[in-house]
Amino acid sequence: MAYFKLNVNGKQQTVDVDPATPVLWVLRDHLNLVGTKFGCGIAQCGACTIHLEGKATRSCILPVSSVENKEIVTIEGLSENGDHPVQKAWLEHDVAQCGYCQAGQIMTASALLMSNTKPTDEEIENAMNGNICRCATYLRIKAAVKTAANS
Amino acid sequence: MEQIITTINRRSFLKTSALAGGGLMLSFSWLAGCKPKEAELLGAPDEWFDLNSYIKIGNNGLVTLMSPNPEFGSGVKTSMPMILADELDVDWKNVIVEQANFLPARFDRQFTGGSQGIRQGWKPLRTAGATVRQLLVNAAAKQWNVPAKEITTEAGVIYHKSTEKKAGYGEMASLAVGMPIPSEVITKDVKDFKIIGTSRKNVDGEKIVTGKPLFCIDYKEEGMLIAMIVHPPFGMKIKSLDDSSVRSMPGIKDVFVIKPLEEEYERTGFDTSSFVELGVIVGNSTWDVMNAKKALKAEWELTPEYTMTMQLWGRGKTPVTVPEGLESTEGHKAQMEKSSKAKGEILRRDGNPEAAFKTAAKILERTYTCPYLAHNPMEPATCFANVKEDHAELYAPIQIPEFISNTLVARLGIPKDKINIKIARMGGGFGLRSYGHHLVEAAVISQTIKAPVKLVYTREDDMTYGIYRPTYTATYKAALDKDNNLIAFHVKGGGIPEHPIHENRFPAGAIDNYLAEGWSIPSNITVGAFRAPRSNFNAAAEQSFLDELAELAGKDPIDFRLQLLERAKNNPVGKYNDYDPDRYAGVLKLVREKSKWNQPSANVSRGVSAYFCHNTYVAEVVDLTLQGNIPVIENVIAAVDCGIVVNPDGAINMGEGGIIDGIGNALYGELTFKDGVPDKNNFHQYKMIRQKETPRAVEVHFVKNEEDPTGLGEPLFPPVFAAVANALYKATGKRFYDQPFAKQIEKIPSII
Repeated sequence: MAYFKLNVNGKQQTVDVDPATPVLWVLRDHLNLVGTKFGCGIAQCGACTIHLEGKATRSCILPVSSVENKEIVTIEGLSENGDHPVQKAWLEHDVAQCGYCQAGQIMTASALLMSNTKPTDEEIENAMNGNICRCATYLRIKAAVKTAANS
Repeated sequence: MEQIITTINRRSFLKTSALAGGGLMLSFSWLAGCKPKEAELLGAPDEWFDLNSYIKIGNNGLVTLMSPNPEFGSGVKTSMPMILADELDVDWKNVIVEQANFLPARFDRQFTGGSQGIRQGWKPLRTAGATVRQLLVNAAAKQWNVPAKEITTEAGVIYHKSTEKKAGYGEMASLAVGMPIPSEVITKDVKDFKIIGTSRKNVDGEKIVTGKPLFCIDYKEEGMLIAMIVHPPFGMKIKSLDDSSVRSMPGIKDVFVIKPLEEEYERTGFDTSSFVELGVIVGNSTWDVMNAKKALKAEWELTPEYTMTMQLWGRGKTPVTVPEGLESTEGHKAQMEKSSKAKGEILRRDGNPEAAFKTAAKILERTYTCPYLAHNPMEPATCFANVKEDHAELYAPIQIPEFISNTLVARLGIPKDKINIKIARMGGGFGLRSYGHHLVEAAVISQTIKAPVKLVYTREDDMTYGIYRPTYTATYKAALDKDNNLIAFHVKGGGIPEHPIHENRFPAGAIDNYLAEGWSIPSNITVGAFRAPRSNFNAAAEQSFLDELAELAGKDPIDFRLQLLERAKNNPVGKYNDYDPDRYAGVLKLVREKSKWNQPSANVSRGVSAYFCHNTYVAEVVDLTLQGNIPVIENVIAAVDCGIVVNPDGAINMGEGGIIDGIGNALYGELTFKDGVPDKNNFHQYKMIRQKETPRAVEVHFVKNEEDPTGLGEPLFPPVFAAVANALYKATGKRFYDQPFAKQIEKIPSII
């Protein structure tokens, strides 16, 4: 066990955990931020996507020891009132079915738009390909990313 | 207008003390979350009035509708309350929807599966809404001393025009609570619907996009421990668990073995428990337990053959024998080939098929196969349980709480009314969450450790636990006479451990000489319902076969099917044909029109398919191209007859999902076994369809009629397998008989 100083959604937090603990479980079990989801545990499904220093990052294989003092943003911190352009586009297209993967999809999409404000279809497909939606809402995900890019 | 006798859902008006003042809802306040933004316009009421199980009205006119059925993504938490709200005649913006707990004394059917939610909820929900509306009207009539029949309502306001009196529902709610329940109520004409038939967004949309704790895996309470399981390969059981190195690991509380079900327990078809015993690790945090799970050393041994007594639908008390052995896909294939050649159980026989085949001018015989599939919902199995001496609290993703509640009673020794099951939004289900093994396991663990616990499966546990879509095969054989008329048809299907054949479905009824046979092979690998069970194979096989048969007969594939349906309509063979030929033909005609079937784009290869299952008719056209050896689905056009469409945009979303899921499974879905172990245990091995393989466009068109609505969760899924196969034939010149298709396309050398 060791103490780690974390910067999560703009707040300084200290946790006392095993250094190997993935950020996913620090968020979910220790900081009560459960919007970031467990899907596979091996960075293959994207449900656990967060922003680390502004980049979409799979938190399920990211040891807490590697993120001290780095900026972490989770779905809970993407916007104050749920009104980030990507969140608004997701609602406009009524994307979700079961909804479980959508936080990860939104975090991947919002990171894409930070680095590329006008992605092509191919760029959207490449960026979003790591996020599985078992309900297969992929067409709406793509449409929502385009709407967010245009807003 | 339709008069409905209200006794059909009288139980929804039963009062129980637990519900007074909405106490039950508040007792689990963690779940309450935030209410929709629009509703905040009215603010929170000072007082709520329970009008029936489904409807509470606040004194300020805010309405809470309880959504009875578990939500796993098909949209029932939005669409079922829409039906209530329309008959209640309230403004949707003043409605809050809440998930009902499992309360069999209060709700008729809390069951998500078989695409039956809307179909079976239609009448009870309309009646419940209309009855409460009538109670409010009667209360106003009494208050104003005017005849009830002169009173009208609109959007939550009650009017008596001639005296210019009006009152909001909130003002009459307290009076309405005490009014006698009318013996009959009037429901609306279809033309008067204001909410049904209009698109309403997912009531949980805002919570989903902001990461609110909606799912069981998100649940947490003081003192709660985390549990995980270890399980053996299929056909094996635990010989020993060497927990010596694990017990001292950080955060670990206990390691032990549980027996989810007692041997003598008489199981139902939904008590599927893949392993006789499970190893359990309990600890403080998920990561602690995951580490211990990796370190735990277990030894397995063969499970000898055993026999369970099961209560099976339509068969009563039945002994089911689970064979000994470590099964492999190679062995399954050999067994299935052998059984395919033997005679099966005759399921239906019309005319004299054997004689007709002897007179045939042409005979076509083809064999189709499909592998096991894992459901892979994004949320792995999980359940919270807090079992005390004489009562139990569970919170779980579960499609059919009723079935597993009976199992819990027997296993825990606690009466049914003392087991409180709260229904979580499921992170997908696809049939898998019809089976409540995770509830029983969590409850037994909690009972053992005498503490609240959340059981969490890893992805590997979820993918290797079993309850798969079975592996099936079917051989179709058809005879054409010299004029290319279909004169005989024979299907013989089998699988492990069940056959897939629906003997009374199309084309039965359209052919004078027809034979359907089925056979099965027992196994210790467990299976269960998977999105459109059996249909998901039958549609693939039958609709591919009909495509090839139409080609042999020199007919257009849509015309060929329409001619058969015409025959089934005008001069049906047999009495038990399980479809309406007109509605079947209707979707084929609509898809022909919408896909411009007769003017296809020159650059694409297209295939058609149509299927009727789960009470809904669907026809689909797939347009695809090949980029090298990789199929690119350009466009899918679907025509659907599900009667009245309650929530059109939600229905389209469901259709898109079913189609894309079907394409994914047709091209890539496969689970194979070696020595009782699945060869895939996570998404690095199990290929799921992703953004890049998604069709460029999917169109979902609905036949417009006023038939009572039927479901959409499953029916768009099965036909697309064959539409893909038939389009692939056009693209490659090769027929695809064995799923999944993608790896076979890769092997075709000429395409490169």
